[in-house]
Amino acid sequence: MSIATRSVPRTIGAHAILLTYTVIALFPVILVIMNSFKSRAGIFGAPLTPPTPKTFDLIGYTTVIGQGDFIHYFQNSLVVTVASLFFVLLFGAMAAFALSEYRFRGNSLMGLYLALGIMIPIRLGTVAILQLMVASGLVNTLTALILVYTAQGLPLAVFILSEFMKQVSDDLKNAGRIDGLSEYTIFFRLVLPLVRPSMATVAVFTMIPIWNDLWFPLILAPSEETKTVTLGAQLFLGQFVTNWNAILAALSLAIMPVLILYVIFSRQLIRGITSGAVK
Amino acid sequence: MGSLNIENVKKAFGPVEVLKGINLEVNDGEFVVFVGPSGCGKSTLLRVIAGLEDSTSGRVVIDGEDVSATPPAKRGIAMVFQTYALYPHLTVKNNMGLGLKQAGTPAAEIERRIGIASSMLSLEPYLERRPAELSGGQRQRVAIGRAVVREPKLFLFDEPLSNLDAALRVNTRLEIAQLHRRLKATMIYVTHDQVEAMTLADKIVVLNAGRIEQIGGPMELYNSPANEFVAGFIGSPKMNFVDGARLGETAKTIGVRPEHLTVDPKSGAWKGTVVHAEHLGADTNLYLDCEKAGLITVRIFGVYDAEPGATLYATPDPAKTYRFGVDGKVLK
Repeated sequence: MSIATRSVPRTIGAHAILLTYTVIALFPVILVIMNSFKSRAGIFGAPLTPPTPKTFDLIGYTTVIGQGDFIHYFQNSLVVTVASLFFVLLFGAMAAFALSEYRFRGNSLMGLYLALGIMIPIRLGTVAILQLMVASGLVNTLTALILVYTAQGLPLAVFILSEFMKQVSDDLKNAGRIDGLSEYTIFFRLVLPLVRPSMATVAVFTMIPIWNDLWFPLILAPSEETKTVTLGAQLFLGQFVTNWNAILAALSLAIMPVLILYVIFSRQLIRGITSGAVK
Repeated sequence: MGSLNIENVKKAFGPVEVLKGINLEVNDGEFVVFVGPSGCGKSTLLRVIAGLEDSTSGRVVIDGEDVSATPPAKRGIAMVFQTYALYPHLTVKNNMGLGLKQAGTPAAEIERRIGIASSMLSLEPYLERRPAELSGGQRQRVAIGRAVVREPKLFLFDEPLSNLDAALRVNTRLEIAQLHRRLKATMIYVTHDQVEAMTLADKIVVLNAGRIEQIGGPMELYNSPANEFVAGFIGSPKMNFVDGARLGETAKTIGVRPEHLTVDPKSGAWKGTVVHAEHLGADTNLYLDCEKAGLITVRIFGVYDAEPGATLYATPDPAKTYRFGVDGKVLK
């Protein structure tokens, strides 16, 4: 029953490869979620089996919710992630628009300079950043984290978005200019909606490292008030005793918000709204 | 109320000079077509007129007013683009009304003008639709409507038919011609298609490599081209150019249009073999490989049977033969 565009062995092969990959990718996540619902003895006795009535235990979740202010940590993580994401997308898109739309002296040099951050890890500058934050009195504030993450996310955002903005029809922007739209209106109303799929790509790439980061919260904002979820989960990691139930439960909970954000953005990735504008 | 003067306009992108000093006068109500091969600077010239591009030097004067430093929205122009360039998030009605809204026109006046434009272009059933829900021809009509509602001094068309299929192109061409007759507005139209230029224009401006080669009415350019470039560009099929020396002439090049050649199987000026024949019904194009003149095209009205390989004699009409000098200019 092989039709011109399909052959059975090839279809099986493709599915086998993809399924294997899916299993490998999902394995650790499922392991974490599965074990978060088990008692301590269950986790160590048979880590690979799903919770049975005998091993099922919500002790991890009750610990997490009872001990430490996890709702607050979540809030902190969410504020930092969403705010950083907002600034990265806003400033990244603006810089990308300027680089792709206007001819000015040093344009390509500026583009290169803005993209340089992709190649240099921001963590190399940790000491200087800490000194800066101490000097400006921003240590132990969420602002410090938002500033650092915005800086961290911008290079990639500018790099990706300027490529996409070059593809937006010049005629459309010029039509706006002839109709008397300001450059800001052209940017926000005409160009941004057309590059929405690439904005979503950038958002996903930016969001995940920020949400998962342990380094900067630990250094810049370790206070109880400003702890993020990843930092909060460290509470249960001791030098001698580790509360695995609580850690696994905290991690399982931490997956949720980022998953929701991802679902929102990935819908944008798929939706094509450019049709009808040109051609 | 829509004259245009272009005075010695030059435009350079870095070291590349795209416009090398353009002087042009367009009278009120004229339909002027800029035509030329790609890269000749015709679109750049249009964009300079629109104000989307600053000229390196020179002046653009609309209605006696120097607009060289005026932003596009304040120049009293409207432009129709090749890719339609409709706002994807707005309905047809809002697409047409946006420019007026930006200029602070009262809502009732906007409504009235949209009404007139949409009935003129038969767009009434589509006013509440978005561009994505329209066909290519409808989109281009919306783009034209968007220009019409602004009641500009100057309409600018940038290859508006290039994205349409052949049948729609003829229709839309007709609509634009009727629109010009009805509005009596000044229109400037850019195209690389000499058929569009010939059919629409009161005045054709032939551009080549950033310079104006010739300005004139369609028949003027056809009957008395100033130089070899214009002679070759205007008219289809293209004019035949024969090396003067091979014919024993003093001119560098001899030009004859395919329709000004006659063929005879027995005798004539240039003996040749038929390479290929194109039968179009109304006329027949023959490609002859001549001993003296090289490969030439002959256009015969009506049906003419000629097998490839057959021997034919082609004779040019001496009254309609052009002689070009070494510099490409016509010799008087």
